Parts: sequence; C-alpha cells; structure tokens
Amino acid sequence: MLAESQWPLWEVFTQGAQGAPHEHAGSLHAADAEMALQNARDVYARRGGVVSIWVVPSVAITASPSAEAGPFFDPGADKIYRHPQFYKVPRGLKGF
Amino acid sequence: MTDSAATSTESDLVEYLLRLGDDRLVLGHRLSEWCGHAPILEEDIALANIALDLIGQATLYLHLAGETEGKGRSEDALAYFRETVEFTNVQLAELPIGDFAFTIVRQFLFDAFNFHQLEELQKGANTELGGIAAKGYKEVRYHLRHSSEWVQRLGDGTEESRARAQKAVDDLWRFTGEMFQPDEIDDRLVASGIAPDLRKIEPKWNTMVSDVLRRATLTVPESGYMMSGGRQGRHTEYLGHMLSEMQIVARSHPGAEW
Repeated sequence: MLAESQWPLWEVFTQGAQGAPHEHAGSLHAADAEMALQNARDVYARRGGVVSIWVVPSVAITASPSAEAGPFFDPGADKIYRHPQFYKVPRGLKGF
Repeated sequence: MTDSAATSTESDLVEYLLRLGDDRLVLGHRLSEWCGHAPILEEDIALANIALDLIGQATLYLHLAGETEGKGRSEDALAYFRETVEFTNVQLAELPIGDFAFTIVRQFLFDAFNFHQLEELQKGANTELGGIAAKGYKEVRYHLRHSSEWVQRLGDGTEESRARAQKAVDDLWRFTGEMFQPDEIDDRLVASGIAPDLRKIEPKWNTMVSDVLRRATLTVPESGYMMSGGRQGRHTEYLGHMLSEMQIVARSHPGAEW
C-alpha cells in the first residue's frame, strides 16, 4: 500500500508576526517531529515572513465532516432573536 | 583608478578570501547537482536552499577578493574564468556527490568547520570580512542543524542507512585534515588578527564531530594520512570535470548579460 511506503503526514501552520494566529500553510511528509520542523522551514518559510512554525501529525487533527457541513454549520440566520443586530446602541455609548 | 594590492597583507587577504569563496562555491555547486534528483521532495528543496546559501556566501567573498586585488576582476570573472589549478578550495568540497549518505556526511563535516570558522571570523580585525562572516554564520547554524540531524538518523537508522553512512565517514575522513592545515598565509593573517587560528578550531571541530557520530552510533576512523594540496591548487581529478560543467555557459558567451 502506498501509505506504508510514505513517512507520516504532517500539517504545517505558520505565524507571520508575533501574536498573529498560526495559519495552515500546507502539509509534508517527515519521519519525526524535528525533521518535520526542518522540512517545514525549507518548504514554507524559505522566503521569510514567518516567525513561528507548528507541525502537527495529520492523524492528530479531527476535522468536521464535509458531507454534513450544512446541518453542522446552519447559522440560523432566520432566527433574528438569536442575534443582537436589531439593537441600536444609544449615542452616548458610542465607542463603548 | 583603484590601486593594485600593494602590500603583502593585501595579497594575503586576497588569497584568503579566494579560499573562503572557493570552498563555498565548489561545495554549493556540488549540492546543486541534487536538484531534481533528491530522494524526497523536501530534501530536494533543502539541499537546493543550502546550495544557494553557500553560493551566496561565495559571491560575497569573491567580490571582496576581486575588489581587494584591484585588477578589475568581478566575482563572476573569478568564478567562471579561472582554471582548475587556480582554485583554492579544500578537496573535501569538490568530491562528487555520491549517494545521499555521502552528501550528508560530507556536508556535516564541512558545516562543523564552517560553523567554527565563521564564529571566529566575525570577530576578526577586518570589519568588512567580519560582516560577511556574520551573515554566513546565521545560515551555517541552520545548515549544521540539518546535516547533524540527518547524520544521526542515517547512522542510528536502518542497517542499510548505517552501512552507507559509515562507509561515507570512512571514505571522507582522509579529506578532513586539510581544513586545519595552516600555511604561511594563514599564520600571517592570524598574527594580524584577521583570520582565526585553524589550530584552535580543530579541537572544537573534533569534539563536535565525535559527539554527533557517537550519537549516530557510527565509529570515528583512526586519523591516518590526510589528503592535501587544494589550497595550493592541487586538486583531485574531479574538480576539472565539475568546473567544465559549471563554467561552460559563461565561457561560451563571455560578457553576456541577462
């Protein structure tokens, strides 16, 4: 099986600046965490603009099922009582 | 009009800069031969990156060499229009790439040298040279991490990877002494505070290399006869072939610009 001849898959997240969120940059294969970090630096951070890298084994990630995205994420936009947009902020509270 | 290198310190410095540049240019070129052929995609990128770093460093040293020499030779002229016997790199750098284990072990042996050499060089009396060294020092710390981690994984890996890594160590060992053989040029530059003393770097290199090889469960060979002559232009039969590939485009179209 192809899977057994490949090193484990890792997901790479990079951070552009101190305090910014880590964003998914892509994935790569590596034998262990240190190599995954090295490879992530070479593949995704080579041209700069990255101050931090997280690598996570892909198996550690649980993702929401795409087939059920509809019911899972139904925003209930028609239930206006759940959202406070209709409330007008009194003038005196602007910037509050 | 610039004056030619009048003093002997200047001509020593030119020679020293050529050595610094040639080591990195030749090794960078060898590494670039992996591009498109590495065993895995990520290493293809890593080796190409490291090659670019080394060639970038070489550019700076050769540029400064040409400037100091004062005869109008640019870094390109020095890289592409010198003959094999005029190259001053150590023979370790010019050896063909071999298999992945050979490349990684050779890279590690050089990275350990590069690391200690630049660590000292950035504190030298020549501030321009020190600046170039400081830039390279940042890169070499990364190169060293890459190659030393791989040496450990290959050595302490499968039977095949360990056999290949040990063979690489055994075949390369006789080329390691040359990095630490000072000549009168080195001695004069050490005396004037410009160059680090190779005799002081060698034990640090030994400690670092022995430590990594031990953790990789590889044996350090007995130090026997050491190859030498690269600094004086005496090279293995491999360098001429390599340069013919490296220089062919520039020599076919001299003076061409992109």
